[in-house]
Amino acid sequence: MQHNEFVGKDIVSIKDMSNEEIEHILDVAKGMVDVAKGKKKMRVLEDRILGLAFFEPSTRTKLSFECAMLRLGGKCLGFSDPTSTSVAKGETLSDTVRMLSSYSDAIVIRHKYEGAARLAARISDKPVINAGDGAGQHPTQTLLDLFTIRSKLGKIEGVNVALIGDLKYGRTVHSLAYALAKFRANLYFVAPETLQMPDDIVDTVCELGGKPEKYSRLEDVIEHADVFYMTRIQKERFPDVQEYNKVSGVFRMDAKMLENAKKNAIVMHPLPRVNEIQPDVDETPHAVYFEQAFNGVPVRMAILALLLGGEL
Amino acid sequence: MREYKITPIVKGTVIDHIPAGMGIRVLKILGLDVSDPKHTVSLGIHVRSKKLGWKDILKIEDRELKKQELDKIALIAPGATISIIEKGEVKEKYKANLPEKTKGILRCPNPNCITNVGEPIEHEFILISRNPVKYRCMYCERILDDVLKNLM
Repeated sequence: MQHNEFVGKDIVSIKDMSNEEIEHILDVAKGMVDVAKGKKKMRVLEDRILGLAFFEPSTRTKLSFECAMLRLGGKCLGFSDPTSTSVAKGETLSDTVRMLSSYSDAIVIRHKYEGAARLAARISDKPVINAGDGAGQHPTQTLLDLFTIRSKLGKIEGVNVALIGDLKYGRTVHSLAYALAKFRANLYFVAPETLQMPDDIVDTVCELGGKPEKYSRLEDVIEHADVFYMTRIQKERFPDVQEYNKVSGVFRMDAKMLENAKKNAIVMHPLPRVNEIQPDVDETPHAVYFEQAFNGVPVRMAILALLLGGEL
Repeated sequence: MREYKITPIVKGTVIDHIPAGMGIRVLKILGLDVSDPKHTVSLGIHVRSKKLGWKDILKIEDRELKKQELDKIALIAPGATISIIEKGEVKEKYKANLPEKTKGILRCPNPNCITNVGEPIEHEFILISRNPVKYRCMYCERILDDVLKNLM
């Protein structure tokens, strides 16, 4: 695949992308790792401007997009607090996107409503990248998750991936489940009954070729999984605190549990974590969540360079 | 001699083979103003049918239906036959087919969808399954499986 096939495209949902396109992004990202670490220079987006429209707060996603653009020699403008913009005066998303599109060469958008990035992509004549829309899609997170799995385990196909915790509301696990199904990974959905993967997501995963298995205890998959993808169980989802304590205790990973895991198994987390991964896991070779967070930079560099036609 | 419960029309549209009980709904979604004497409307409810057992039938005089109206009918009465009548003859006849795409007909059931929060855009859906009928929102990707409940 030629990198110029990406020029001007939008990245809204992982479902829109072919396996070939995804793999090409991951290949380009691999070559960006040293640049992301500051060991090499690659100023292929000099004089290009990235517009950041963060209608919702973000730490890792926003910083890693900024870092990616700066490492490639480009510049960023935008906002991360819509209360200080004309949005607070009642401006529609459509108008804000039109304005930002005329000031920049590509737009990164995070919004609380699902479908916001699709709308932005329709309106903007510049590439739009979805950085999370409500409970909907977060494709760049998925791409960096795939990048992490592939770089640690050498492949995605046939890998046993356990998605653990809040599978009902967590948007990262929905996008990731789609992508893993497309790449023929084996999926285990591990969650309390009340937070299991929604039926429509399971249906789509099956349509994409996945054969997910459901479990209600972390112990059920500990010996079989190659990837433990942990997610945060949010307290506010439970009307009863006792019920929350019971559930969050069951879906907690510690170093002792990992003694029964495969030697090369990895523990991932989109972060921030609360207590679902105990600090003693950090010291084990299984912990890759901080490297995963770093991987956001080379993957987003690859995306920006490809969409903006940087010379690679 | 055949006895007509609803007499033939000379010009207009006949919507036949509407599932029994859905005729009023069809009439409603067409937005016909029943107080307007311009169009004579005849609606047969629970009419004997060889094909369906029972059916509803609707005849609207001096009115041809638009594409969007036909799509709407297909959504609530798939399989209905629509005949355009001119000079007492059938000029065109076709079956109501579920539209591959809808625009401004179905409403997204997701309250957090960008189409439900005051943006100047229309609801758009794409057909993903005919049996059972399922549409996907073009914006938030939510699957809609209750067409009647989500008609605009």
